Amino acid sequence: MSRRTLAALTFLVLGTGLAGAASPVSDDAVREIAAELRCVVCQSLSVADSPSETAHQMREIIRERLAAGETPDQVKAYFVEKYGLWILLAPPRQGFSLLVWVVPYAGLLGGLVLVGFVVRRWSRRARTAPVEARPVDEATRQRIRRELAEMDRE
Amino acid sequence: MRTRLPLLRWAIPLAALPVLLLLGYGFRTNPREIPSPLIGKPAAPFTLATFDGGQVSLEALRGRVVVVNFWASWCYPACYEEAPALARAWQTYKDRGVMMIGINIQDKEEPAKKFLTQFGHTFPNAPDPAGRVSVDYGVYGVPETFFIDRAGRVRWKHVGAVTDQIFKERVETLLKEQG
Repeated sequence: MSRRTLAALTFLVLGTGLAGAASPVSDDAVREIAAELRCVVCQSLSVADSPSETAHQMREIIRERLAAGETPDQVKAYFVEKYGLWILLAPPRQGFSLLVWVVPYAGLLGGLVLVGFVVRRWSRRARTAPVEARPVDEATRQRIRRELAEMDRE
Repeated sequence: MRTRLPLLRWAIPLAALPVLLLLGYGFRTNPREIPSPLIGKPAAPFTLATFDGGQVSLEALRGRVVVVNFWASWCYPACYEEAPALARAWQTYKDRGVMMIGINIQDKEEPAKKFLTQFGHTFPNAPDPAGRVSVDYGVYGVPETFFIDRAGRVRWKHVGAVTDQIFKERVETLLKEQG
């Protein structure tokens, strides 16, 4: 076994050992999940931001589940299983909820296309319409030429 | 000039239509009625220590119709309105194979016990100090009442004060079913 593989193995064993130990879950890890969950007794507040007793208990539940080895996704899935997708502050980007993500951009794009279309029509008409309406007759043309010639002489 | 752009004339009313439809939908739905994903699913098991020093466990009650009521002494008036109905229901159904469990959430022991004495509740009542059972049942507020069938599945969830009528309807339906 080469020295490099040995080093990698040692690192791996040490690493998993550290992760596997019942290390206390960091407040940040709890907060990260809590910030994505809607506080069920508040209006427009996340579980991370709410001072309510319920939110406090939910944060403790998040901490316990993380400490038990669950991944953040598994913890979120637990709350979704109990409260439905409603509990997630950001709806998932799939299924029907995908509409929430797509419609604003589609609307913006549609609006831009409409504006472009209208502006093109307007500018085209501005360019062509007056020329068609008043063609310069021969008399005017001669007058312009004469006056230009006079200006050159001065 | 303007007649050459009929699209623009319709653009504004057309843009308003989806907004109006959305508003119409929003005003017709009750924001308090959040559908529970737990209906039809197995009720989460729990074992809690009751106020009178006993123990209550849902798993031990498989095969019986169980009504789980989440309440708090500070939940006024709804919990106080439904309490007499719950006491009457217990008297009517305790000998017909129905079990009732009260779960007291986010409360203090003293006012909770006072509440139980005030309404003469004799069915098992237990506090849920860490809120684990409440979250397991997706409880938003109090009171909420869950009707569990003989197979241990959540069949209905009632948000707000439960009445004699609702209790009777739900429980009679579940009693007719064979486990």
